[in-house]
Amino acid sequence: MAIGVKEVANVHSIVQAAVTRHSSSAEALVPILSEINQEVGYLPGQALAELSQLLKVPKSHLFSLASFYEMLSTKPRGRHVIQFCESAPCHVVGGREVWQELQDELGLEPGETSEDGKWTLLTSSCLGICGVGPVIIIDDDIYGNVAVERVPEILARYV
Amino acid sequence: MIPVRSLVLVSSDPESVSRGAQEVHRRLQREVEAYDLDEEIVVSMVGDVGRHDALPMVIVYPEAVIYGPVTQEDVPFLVEEHLVKGRIAAGLQASTKELSGRIAWLSARRGTLPAEQRIVLARAGLIDPGDVEEYIIHDGYEALATALTEMTPADVINEIGKSGLKGRGGAGFPTGMKWRFVSQTDDYPKYIICNADESEPGTFKDRLILEGDPHSIIEAMAIAGYAVGASEGYIYVRGEYSLAQERLVEAISQARQMGLLGERIFDSGFGFDIHVHTGAGAYICGEETALLESLEGKRGEPRSRPPYPTTHGLWGKPSVVNNVETIANVPPIIKNGAAWYRRFGTTSSPGTKVYTILGNVNVTGLVEVPMGITLREVIAIYGKGMKGSAAFKLAQTGGSSGSIIPASLQDTPMDFDSYARAGVSLGSGALLICDEDTCVVDLARVLLNFFRHESCGKCTPCRVGTQRAHQILTAISEGVGTTRDLSDLQMLSENLTEFSHCGLGQTAAVPIRDVFRHFRAEVDAHVQLKVCPTGACQMSGQWASTPWAGRAA
Repeated sequence: MAIGVKEVANVHSIVQAAVTRHSSSAEALVPILSEINQEVGYLPGQALAELSQLLKVPKSHLFSLASFYEMLSTKPRGRHVIQFCESAPCHVVGGREVWQELQDELGLEPGETSEDGKWTLLTSSCLGICGVGPVIIIDDDIYGNVAVERVPEILARYV
Repeated sequence: MIPVRSLVLVSSDPESVSRGAQEVHRRLQREVEAYDLDEEIVVSMVGDVGRHDALPMVIVYPEAVIYGPVTQEDVPFLVEEHLVKGRIAAGLQASTKELSGRIAWLSARRGTLPAEQRIVLARAGLIDPGDVEEYIIHDGYEALATALTEMTPADVINEIGKSGLKGRGGAGFPTGMKWRFVSQTDDYPKYIICNADESEPGTFKDRLILEGDPHSIIEAMAIAGYAVGASEGYIYVRGEYSLAQERLVEAISQARQMGLLGERIFDSGFGFDIHVHTGAGAYICGEETALLESLEGKRGEPRSRPPYPTTHGLWGKPSVVNNVETIANVPPIIKNGAAWYRRFGTTSSPGTKVYTILGNVNVTGLVEVPMGITLREVIAIYGKGMKGSAAFKLAQTGGSSGSIIPASLQDTPMDFDSYARAGVSLGSGALLICDEDTCVVDLARVLLNFFRHESCGKCTPCRVGTQRAHQILTAISEGVGTTRDLSDLQMLSENLTEFSHCGLGQTAAVPIRDVFRHFRAEVDAHVQLKVCPTGACQMSGQWASTPWAGRAA
């Protein structure tokens, strides 16, 4: 998950490394993009351009992938990415109230990044951890059985 | 093997790990070593243990005492009391109220709930998923050996056909038939693809199998490869399932080292290898043709069918695409025979089904039970009843392929045929149990929001239809719906069913259809009276300020 935006010079080496690690066949495209996204925090135009050159794949095709898959982003994300599951299993056990509290605490609408670059708030479909819903994932940390009262305390753990 | 006195298992599903399971595991090992007991006591991380109310859990066999939630500070006390002094560490057990019963069933058999029948989850939560030898000790790779040394590919397909195994991903297509189609083509190479892109809301059975017993999938895919004449397989794992990916990659490399994958497996002349492909977050990729597109490095948009993947699959070549739970049934069937498998479940739907039990019940979790059990039994036995003794209103069966089951159908046997006759479907096995406080309009709105979000946008009926249906349901839930909205919704639902390109759009209509069919009066109350009978919806319609609006009795 996104942890900060790396220096531009770095993007070049990250792209190179990702291509080297995977193959240059078509089936490696999405894994390569995922890796770059993970390393840089998102997929900058420079990364797509370099990748297009390296793999002889049209930039439009890379962009079509980047815009299709949920875990890829063409826009910079905050230092911490919050994913909130809005599927029915979490909804019926109190997810709606938790979601409202999250939005109120952060002052963000779904998909937005805070001005200080700290938070990105995303809704997500089922995260597969429904036994302990409602569920919030912040970066790689999973919080289950989240009650409204716990939200401020959870958010306070991140700087 | 060194005689083992006790087996200490630490749950290691993502929730447990986030709550410190790894620290608990390390601390347990240190303490056991400190007492010099590491020769006779084995401490293992296992997958999801099937209960989620007290994570991380520590289970001590053979007594089968369940402790949880356990923190690393609890460990010295637990080790001293239970493993050194041989008595139960007081105060650390998971929900003591249910404990005595749980010990009895756990000791008696290796399942996790009474009357459970574990076939695909037999080893999950019991063995160390990172140790191929443990898998082998528990009968692992025996079915592959049998298939390769004693059976012809046609024998294998016949056995799977006779077992009556049907796809567990939602559609219920006979697995043996699918394999036969692929085996009958002369087009090579052929591929075995395991669909592990589990994203149906409320479903995490595949994650549990992958995390708890990854070798079972490898073995099953190799058997499938032998049966249809494929030498290469792909496991398409959902991007969010990072633990499952790690375990699979590790398991595959172990299998290669031991010659269970690669060239000439069991000196048979048959070779097979498996690649793990990681998704990047798209629900639609669970649809088999979208999955194939995604594997080929494209947007995961469904293909037109026919031709089917059995003749034109990955890279246009014949491919078997099987769900994780489906294919996990293969090794037990080959090992024990089709007749054995048919002893479980019903005549038309043999075997077991893994259900996830969620929502307003006392105990949520996961069970594997024979096909044909009823919802009433599931709620009473496994869910331990409705939370707060509320009345059961409806169950929503998992994801896009499921439907809304009203209380009147709670005694209908849950198998493919009985449910089809009742006009409902099992879906992927998620059972979202809802009580009387659940508003059907609100539920339909949430479900449509899911489809709206996940529609790939390729075809208009789905892209626009799910969006529009969600808007209308939102309006109705806010008390500003009109009679016209109801007829529009009805029409949208029919259009979605008729004209959508793939299953996603077609089944997006199901919640609307089911709500109209079973709960029409409740929907009408929202529109005509501007009242939400359950009080769940925040009504802002014109009559919302009248005294009897809002929370009606």
